[in-house]
Amino acid sequence: MNTLTREAEPNMEIGQVEAASDHQDEHQQHPSGIKRWLFTTNHKDIGTLYLWFSFIMFLTGGAMAMVIRAELFQPGLQLIEPNFFNQMTTIHGLIMVFGAVMPAFTGLANWLIPMMIGAPDMALPRMNNWSFWILPFAFTILLSSLFMEGGGPNFGWTFYAPLSTTYSPDSTALFVFSIHIMGISSIMGAINVIVTIVNMRAPGMTWMKLPLFVWTWLITAFLLIAVMPVLAGVVTMVLTDKYFGTSFFDAAGGGDPVMFQHIFWFFGHPEVYIMILPSFGIISAIVPTFSRKRLFGYASMVYATSSIAILSFLVWAHHMFTTGMPVFAELFFMYCTMLIAVPTGVKVFNWIATMWRGSLTFETPMLFAIAFIILFTIGGFSGIMLAITPADFQYHDTYFVVAHFHYVLVTGAIFSIMAAAYYWLPKWTGNMYDERLGKIHFWCSVISVNVLFFPMHFLGLAGMPRRIPDYAVQFADVNQIVSIGGFAFGLSQFIFLALVIKCIRGGEKAAAKPWEGAEGLEWTLPSPAPYHSFTTPPEIK
Amino acid sequence: MSNNQGKSNRKLIGILIAGAVGMFGFGFALVPLYDVLCEQLGINGKTQNSASTYKPFTIDESRTITIEFMAQIQSDMPWEFKPEVKRMRVHPGELVRTHFKAKNLSLKDTIGQAIPSVSPGQGAAYFNKTECFCFNQQRLMAKESAELPLIFFVDPDLPDSITTLTLSYTLYNITDRGYVGSVE
Repeated sequence: MNTLTREAEPNMEIGQVEAASDHQDEHQQHPSGIKRWLFTTNHKDIGTLYLWFSFIMFLTGGAMAMVIRAELFQPGLQLIEPNFFNQMTTIHGLIMVFGAVMPAFTGLANWLIPMMIGAPDMALPRMNNWSFWILPFAFTILLSSLFMEGGGPNFGWTFYAPLSTTYSPDSTALFVFSIHIMGISSIMGAINVIVTIVNMRAPGMTWMKLPLFVWTWLITAFLLIAVMPVLAGVVTMVLTDKYFGTSFFDAAGGGDPVMFQHIFWFFGHPEVYIMILPSFGIISAIVPTFSRKRLFGYASMVYATSSIAILSFLVWAHHMFTTGMPVFAELFFMYCTMLIAVPTGVKVFNWIATMWRGSLTFETPMLFAIAFIILFTIGGFSGIMLAITPADFQYHDTYFVVAHFHYVLVTGAIFSIMAAAYYWLPKWTGNMYDERLGKIHFWCSVISVNVLFFPMHFLGLAGMPRRIPDYAVQFADVNQIVSIGGFAFGLSQFIFLALVIKCIRGGEKAAAKPWEGAEGLEWTLPSPAPYHSFTTPPEIK
Repeated sequence: MSNNQGKSNRKLIGILIAGAVGMFGFGFALVPLYDVLCEQLGINGKTQNSASTYKPFTIDESRTITIEFMAQIQSDMPWEFKPEVKRMRVHPGELVRTHFKAKNLSLKDTIGQAIPSVSPGQGAAYFNKTECFCFNQQRLMAKESAELPLIFFVDPDLPDSITTLTLSYTLYNITDRGYVGSVE
């Protein structure tokens, strides 16, 4: 450490200790029961709330996926009407994106970022409380629209105009407001993360010493601030087009429905990286721990993440190759999209290089991390196939696309969240989780998820369109296999629920650093982590 | 938390909120930006919404461009709508007059708005209309029929690769919208 920080440290310490003791007085008699959770400003409580909320949403959205797979088990219409099927696909997508994956990452950020950078709490604790507690209202509004006359949103999670304007159900206003609330929540969460990381790092925690989870979340937070307002804008245009007679997307009034897709995907593509960049941070923490080696290429990871974030603004139209763009634009977006494979490849290379000649052990977090690397890469490859403009005309809106984005989101984002949960559960609860149950959960999940999503590639290449309740008979066999995989994957997640509850209630006491290869400030705190993380700033080596 | 940190927190929060508000505005700024880009690049087949002036070009007799006309109606439009001729051959620079026929089949007065689109999109910028029924709303009384005029010329700068231009009109029923004036 240089002299400058050594001089600065005693002063900081006094300031921080005073601040911390103030805090402790305030929280000495923190309310118990429901009030503890309603009024909490503690980053760990809020992190826990986010994680439980996200898990409940995961099961809710999952239940809708089960309805979808049950209907698709056979050709023909058996269980539900087409309109209800459309509502299921729409709300399944919305809940999984905005209710499961994004809150889970925010929950992890709340729990981990202060501990990782040596801060006592998040920078803006009251805003933190608010950004969580508006979320349940948003999803209550969204889900309640299902019970309205005419049904809930049925236009797909991408709510393309004119499906969401001219032809949408009366409940569309509820959908719009719930998206507004989710957007406000995400923006507040992002502001909190940025302010915490920029202003609350412990002395000596320089930028290039930040754990990669913190780095990736910082970049994600900037993406959120850049694109969530655009989403808010586009739903507002849908609202005014539908209810107030504007013509943003209505050709009859001088608007253009294709413009909807441009604005939506200007939000939508960075959103894809919002849902995967924190995963990269998680995997970059777990792989070195269980390889007992330092992460290979730390700096290149930081630069790769930043370049992915910048490129994510230049590729949105690859979602719309079939809308009739000029060839020049199609080529531009095709090449930019393929360019993203380069920084992503750097990351995958670094993880493999980290494992290379490491002393590997395969505890559950590591199993999920390795599954992530392999299966996310498969999702990346199908993404490159979709990026090829002429090929995309064949794949567009088929099950190939469904297979692609479920590989990157389920076996990518969600597997990384599972890995993170297993990895940090001992720190959160103070108890080791049941390793045997964890392995059962992993193997059930990884086998069933591939039975579920891999055959979808073939369905898509054979021409089965997405978002249909009925299909041609030649797709029946493969759809049955897919549905069986779906049910098995859905049921497997209850093993995870049982494991987490068991871990919270007791089990072998966890040491401060339960993984001997782990690095990072969070492991210097006792397990379970104390209510206030670092009341005095830690010394950074 | 020290005062200093509170101050720098507030500053950063201010910047970030301004960024978020700015991006909300940017979302709306994309609307005119999109129109300008489409017009400038001639993509999406959008043609100009107002009359262009015809300056006497030298008519390029060496080239002949096939112009195809298409007419579609939106499902809730109770009109019959079709071009007088389905296709014609013109020289670039030549001022051509044609018309579309519209008939209100219903017993109600109806207002329609036709939206043009040119394919291939790259040719849209070279297809100029000096007079078009699409510049204004069209009102037809019950059972009334009308001839809707169109006067156009093809810019002689039209790229050589384009030999056919298809002009498609979609007619929308805007009776219930209570629009006054043109869509501009």
